[in-house]
Amino acid sequence: MIEFQQVHKTYRVAGRDVPALQPTDLVVETGEVFGLIGHSGAGKSTLLRLINRLENPSGGRIRVDGEDVTALDADGLRAFRRRVGMIFQHFNLLSSRTVADNVALPLRLAGELPAADINRRVDELLRRVGLQDHARKYPAQLSGGQKQRVGIARALATDPKILLCDEATSALDPQTTAQVLQLLAEINRELGLTIVLITHEMDVIRRVCDRVAVMDAGRIVEQGAVAEVFLHPQHPTTRRFVLEDEAIDEGELHEDFAQVPGRILRLTFQGEATYKPLLGTVARETGVDYSILAGRIDRIKDTPYGQLTLALTGGDLDAALSRLQAAEVHVEVLR
Amino acid sequence: MDAFFVNIDWYEIWLATLDTLLMLGGSLLFTVVFGLPLGVLLFLTGPRQLFDNRPLYALLSFVVNVLRSLPFIILLIVMIPITVVLTGTSLGVAGAIPPLVVGTTPFFARLVETALREVDRGIIEATQAMGASTRQIIVSALLPEARPGIIAAVTVTAITLVSYTAMAGVVGAGGLGDLAIRFGYQRFQTDVMVVTVVLLLVLVQILQSVGDRLVVHFSRK
Repeated sequence: MIEFQQVHKTYRVAGRDVPALQPTDLVVETGEVFGLIGHSGAGKSTLLRLINRLENPSGGRIRVDGEDVTALDADGLRAFRRRVGMIFQHFNLLSSRTVADNVALPLRLAGELPAADINRRVDELLRRVGLQDHARKYPAQLSGGQKQRVGIARALATDPKILLCDEATSALDPQTTAQVLQLLAEINRELGLTIVLITHEMDVIRRVCDRVAVMDAGRIVEQGAVAEVFLHPQHPTTRRFVLEDEAIDEGELHEDFAQVPGRILRLTFQGEATYKPLLGTVARETGVDYSILAGRIDRIKDTPYGQLTLALTGGDLDAALSRLQAAEVHVEVLR
Repeated sequence: MDAFFVNIDWYEIWLATLDTLLMLGGSLLFTVVFGLPLGVLLFLTGPRQLFDNRPLYALLSFVVNVLRSLPFIILLIVMIPITVVLTGTSLGVAGAIPPLVVGTTPFFARLVETALREVDRGIIEATQAMGASTRQIIVSALLPEARPGIIAAVTVTAITLVSYTAMAGVVGAGGLGDLAIRFGYQRFQTDVMVVTVVLLLVLVQILQSVGDRLVVHFSRK
């Protein structure tokens, strides 16, 4: 478990104090995938680097599994960092070392394992990330996705309990992003690793995270289960991220609806409810007609969800509304 | 053609070449031994680096700049008493090495500092995140990553040393430069001048192409 208690960070730039992180409380549970989303400069990168103290906090307390990380001395900090893996947007692999040597580096630095054990561990790690045939290559000979896999293998070398991901997929194309995210989800599931990732793409959050915190101007403005935050965004920043992800212009959408008669509703289904023939049943029983104005059926991590914007006309509108509200769907009346 | 090379004593030339190579090798060795740590220290104490230390950086920087702005010919003369204390003589190969080392170490250290700055900060951050100590960051990440740049720095320094060894001939250091001055210039033996210049030129060409090859060999980008 990672706990932030009133942690804040101020940088001193050209003689002036610039706050990067306002006093923040945060809890990341063991074994979950926790996402931090925000635009650049929102403070997410600072927050991530405070966890393994690549940045030192200006105040507050950070605990990891009960241990006060803020109080560690240099030796304690180095030992702690071996229990926290980290991967980066630009991979940060050593260009002068082969793939195998890059993965072996954290183990050699720790100096606890004999060479034979290190080699065995490197083989095992490369097999896990699917790069066993590339051990002798140099990073420059690999594609972006392969480089990030090396980064992941390297981060896992010392068998950490926590993995920090700094915009790990932002430099990758969509298909490679999907593969790397899948690998992260797999690692989280199989090794029970706690993952904290930062991103500016809602899609990344939707695919792998259990919980999410939205950051803006050095503050966490909204947090909760991904489905909750994603389907019912409260804060304007969150709404912007969700709409960006769906490539919807809210203003345009409402303009279009002006022409449509009847009540306009937005229904949100989650889990099992997504696949139930609810609309047809309600329409038949109450005599209303519906037309679908906008919609999306997709998944948040492993949970299917649907979000439909409908116009209802004719029949018993009130009865239809209460039938829908009684079912396992979230109903918002837009007009 | 025979008439042109009439003044040339090939044995003399051979000895002078050997002296030049000895001066070059000896002073290059000491330049790297002193300059590499100095370059690393300059880098580490620099602004926003691992051991950011403004006063120390300012001091080192000042000393390096002073030594670099001193014309080498002046340094050669100023160094004579110190050289005598260090080597017992200010003449010959042994007498030339101290001023050569003092002349090129600051230059080499700056080149090392620049080569280290070229290393992506992300590499340092990643190595820190693995739990590396500062010494491990330098030895396992910074120096290997900067290796092509450092080899290029050694090459440039070696070539600078070739021209400095020639200048050291003025204060009796021996070598090809000494030959060129004593015979080629002072006795108007143009053929000696031509041969020594050609030999120096060949030496520089060899150093540059070996250096370039090593840089390519160690570059994995």
